[in-house]
Amino acid sequence: MSELPLTATADAALQAAPATKARGYWATVGRRIMRDKVSMACALVLLLIFLSAILAPWLGLEDPYKGSMIRRLRHIGTTGYPLGTDELGRDMLARLIYGGRLSLVIGILPVILAFCIGTSLGIIAGYVGGKLNTAIMRTVDVFYAFPSVLLAIAISGALGAGILNSIVALTIVFVPQITRVAESVTTGVRNMDFVEAARASGAGPFTIMRVHILGNVLGAIFVYATSLISVSMILAAGLSFLGLGTKPPEPEWGLMLNTLRTAIYVNPWVAALPGAMIFAVSICFNLLSDGLRSAMDIRN
Amino acid sequence: MPSSPTRGEGKKESNVLAYTARRIVYVVPIVISVALVCFLLVHITPGDPLVAVLPADASQELAAQLRAAYGFDRPLPVQFGLWLLRALHGDLGNSIATGRPVLAEVMRAVGNTVTLAIAAAIIGFTMGILLGLIAGYFRETWIDKVATSFAIAGVSVPHYWLGMLLVIIFSVQLNWLPAVGAGPSGSNSWAWDWAHLKYLVLPAITTSVIPMGIVTRTVRALTGDILSQDFVEALRAKGLHELGVFRHVVKNAAPTALAVMGLQLGYMLGGSILIETVFSWPGSGFLLNSAIFQRDLPLLQGTILILALFFVFLNLLVDIAQAAIDPRIKRG
Repeated sequence: MSELPLTATADAALQAAPATKARGYWATVGRRIMRDKVSMACALVLLLIFLSAILAPWLGLEDPYKGSMIRRLRHIGTTGYPLGTDELGRDMLARLIYGGRLSLVIGILPVILAFCIGTSLGIIAGYVGGKLNTAIMRTVDVFYAFPSVLLAIAISGALGAGILNSIVALTIVFVPQITRVAESVTTGVRNMDFVEAARASGAGPFTIMRVHILGNVLGAIFVYATSLISVSMILAAGLSFLGLGTKPPEPEWGLMLNTLRTAIYVNPWVAALPGAMIFAVSICFNLLSDGLRSAMDIRN
Repeated sequence: MPSSPTRGEGKKESNVLAYTARRIVYVVPIVISVALVCFLLVHITPGDPLVAVLPADASQELAAQLRAAYGFDRPLPVQFGLWLLRALHGDLGNSIATGRPVLAEVMRAVGNTVTLAIAAAIIGFTMGILLGLIAGYFRETWIDKVATSFAIAGVSVPHYWLGMLLVIIFSVQLNWLPAVGAGPSGSNSWAWDWAHLKYLVLPAITTSVIPMGIVTRTVRALTGDILSQDFVEALRAKGLHELGVFRHVVKNAAPTALAVMGLQLGYMLGGSILIETVFSWPGSGFLLNSAIFQRDLPLLQGTILILALFFVFLNLLVDIAQAAIDPRIKRG
């Protein structure tokens, strides 16, 4: 007898459901971030920088490697060289746009790699727990004993200069940070009812981690990882600036800033241009990450 | 913000002393692991560690002799044990490039870095606290937006580039301040007078922007959280004047804010290499830079070890100080 009204309410709820639950979580987040003017402006700037870097060879630019001794360090606004020329007479506009290719890769790739490695390590540590957790998290603690700039420079200084080494060094810097976040959110989820239910219905640990945990923690880890891109861009260019990353004559913003340092007495504003690119990318990623964070915080 | 999300394990501890003891015991394995990482850094290095001293046409015997003299011919664990033992006695070996003891070289350089970090901390923390409080009090107003923009710009700016910009403006264009170095008579004699201080201004401002940004964000969030709590409402309802409310805000925000600032001080000490390179500031970062490019491995090892140990002990100090001033950690 008592079951009848219950079913009736359930039916009513089911009928009402399409009206109230119109969108999924990510659709809502997407809609919220689309309405955020600052985030959209940043996304647009980043899109422009990315597209021009990818399409650089087809933009009709000067050869970024071709220098000329007679047109060194031209000022911004010189005809034919809208952003001037560098210390070897190469076109700055072309070098800044081509420079985006390497700069963006060495800045963003470490975060992507660290995101994959750190998320896996953190979820395993958080879900399996016990000795494995202790082993992983205590190792992470050791890396936290180094300030990240020092660690990045120490590793790439020991490995020697080179693009690959600087990517490896930065990945090692970010893995512990992402692992810590992933472990802490996983620990928060692992004892929830739906995980318990999956376990009770016979799902193995790998399936639970992949299907049930990953989906629930990925968002938080992703937002954290996006906030690291800005730091990574600054550090990657910083390594090149020190001479530990890219090698000349490759166009890359950090290295360009380094080689143009000697020109600050002759043509200071041209020398400052590559740093402005790093700053633009870094601040856009920071603001976009902030926007994403508040868009994902649906409760507010 | 690259700060640690989980800190202050042992909040359940019944008193600060027990917490302190536990925290100190916990530091021992960290210190040993840090030493191991510093030691291993040298051994992942491609090429012969003697390349800096050995002439290119050196004979096999000479190379072997030198290798034995530096102890590079023994098995790795033995080398590590010996190195650690000597390090405990304050002997970090001699710099391959200069032949002088590593410890003395590093300590002299660290002194300059500490000078820079303290000057930057005074600027950055004062600005950060002020901006953070103002932003927290006037949330969602234009004042908040301006303060927050400052904070975001501070954490997003490539600081080595900011250093260059400041040099361009204040040294090259206006000719007000020196561009590089740490004093009129070279780098060896620091003094707290204007002749020396003007060398400190630009590097200190450059170093201060990241802590400024992070402290602003932290203080803003703390202030906002505290002001929206019920007890503040109650205090106001009881008729407490704003200055009294402000006292409560400071009391509640202090432990977390101090912890963040302590960590930032550590980052400034350990992460000064880029700024010291821009300004040729003769600190530990500058030393690290030359150690890397001269492939002076004992110096590289020693500098990293000492900077990391500074950071570890600063973290320890911050955790203990936080436990001592935050009653919630004491009560558990």
